[in-house]
Amino acid sequence: MTEYGDRYLVGNQREQVSRFRARVMLAVPLAAILFQVYVPRFLEFLGYLELPLLVTIYFALMRRSQIGGLFIGAFIGLAQDSLSIKQPLGMFGIVKTLVGYFAASVGLRIDVEHSVIRFLLTFFFYFFHQFLYWVLARGLLGRQIPFEIQLTLVLGLLNAVVGVTLFHFLDKLREPA
Amino acid sequence: METLLNRYRNITVLLLVIFAQLVLIAVQVRNDQDVRMVRVWSITAITPLARVLEAVRGGTSGFFQNYILMHDARADNRRLQADLDRLKMENQFLKTEISTADRAKALVAFQQRTQSRTIAARVIAAGAGASSRVVFVDRGSGSGVEKGMAVVTPDGIVGKVIAAYPTASEVMLVTDPEFAAGVVSQKNRVVGTLKGQGQSTCKVDYVPSEEKVEVGEAFFTSGDDRIFPKGFPVGVVRVVRASSPYQEVLVEPSGLDRGLEAVLIVLEGVHQAIPEVAPANAPIYLGTPPPPASGEQAVQPAGPVGTDADRLLEKYRQIGAAENHKFGEGAPGTKPPDFNIKVPPAGAGADAATPGRGDAANPATVQLPAKPSSPAPPPRGQ
Repeated sequence: MTEYGDRYLVGNQREQVSRFRARVMLAVPLAAILFQVYVPRFLEFLGYLELPLLVTIYFALMRRSQIGGLFIGAFIGLAQDSLSIKQPLGMFGIVKTLVGYFAASVGLRIDVEHSVIRFLLTFFFYFFHQFLYWVLARGLLGRQIPFEIQLTLVLGLLNAVVGVTLFHFLDKLREPA
Repeated sequence: METLLNRYRNITVLLLVIFAQLVLIAVQVRNDQDVRMVRVWSITAITPLARVLEAVRGGTSGFFQNYILMHDARADNRRLQADLDRLKMENQFLKTEISTADRAKALVAFQQRTQSRTIAARVIAAGAGASSRVVFVDRGSGSGVEKGMAVVTPDGIVGKVIAAYPTASEVMLVTDPEFAAGVVSQKNRVVGTLKGQGQSTCKVDYVPSEEKVEVGEAFFTSGDDRIFPKGFPVGVVRVVRASSPYQEVLVEPSGLDRGLEAVLIVLEGVHQAIPEVAPANAPIYLGTPPPPASGEQAVQPAGPVGTDADRLLEKYRQIGAAENHKFGEGAPGTKPPDFNIKVPPAGAGADAATPGRGDAANPATVQLPAKPSSPAPPPRGQ
């Protein structure tokens, strides 16, 4: 990457690191998890929304810290696992840890304030999340579950749309620089 | 080191977190055989390493054993070769022993079978000189051996005693040029004189050219020389050349065929018959069947039948005749004849009048070969 490119994409990294209050960092993921386990009971179609994943992507992108991102992903994933009866602890944890790590790595290099970038990254990480979960489920648990690419792509678009909107809302919760 | 850790801190933390969650999964999850995944993964991860290690260890061990430690193989090879040589020698020795035992056995059998009084002797030395056809045996005058006695083996004549010492005797072999003995051919009874030639073959002198002697024909002692009793094998004709006035007949002595180790010295010879040559169309003798077992009804064939099947057929025929039953007639299901009734044996009342089995009148028997003539009276003294 050239010096001009770095400046265009990253800008001043120190100035773009977003900070959040601790209660925001705690409440938002919990709310996302609660939404996923509670709302689909009444509105089943909302079960396709991966709000914990969207929150993980957002915090990892905005904090631009790989370690922070992987811990956020691990925390949200383990919490999500703990609320899933048939899900062994660690499956979503591993997947979201990797998503958080790579999202933070991406956030270190490109400007993630732009909505199009956010849309593309959300779409990509949703697909990556679902594919990695499928691989782990087959590899570690021996579950012969199908991987429906078309459905995953469609849901990726849906989650990306929702994610861009959610990210815009979460931007309001950032601490002012 | 610290710089290295700082440089890879993020990826290290990531790997640690992932690893921790993997352990978490492994501890919780059981497979379909109710085995924890941590055990499955551990074994799955360990066994390939163990297999590799074992392969390396086995390969290394095999390499050392097969190549580095070859001196053991060489030592083993030398030892095994030595064992093989020793066993070969032992095998040869045992073969010789068996051969000697066979000869001794044959000698004893011949000694018991022949009517002549003989004494066994062992060849202990050969005469000096390359052309010597003389051997020494371990029986001498102390054992009753005298000069001029015949020396034979079951295969044929060997020679004659030319000197008897107290503990040994000197024997002139049939191949000695000075040896002579009266012989007669087996087939045409052609009489001649066997003489040694100093070679492996002997010649038969004084065979008139008009006499018929065939190659392969055997010669026996004729008893005319008053040394060898009549009827001992001499040898087989190998060469017959027409000449005048006498034929040239070469005989391979059969007494020396298998070497000389043990011989028989004829103390008192008894003439014996020369065996006849069996003609090619000699009649075949059928032995009489064994006597019937006790309690079994002996059934004699009425006609010229000799096999068990014939006798059984005849028995059934008699049973049918006794019950007025005709075999092969009658619808299926009709009462068969009683095969358990006792019928008188065929010709039972005529046994005294008819010749018994094995008699010449019975076609089941055929004529026997002619018996050899009784041996001539033994010569007394030499």
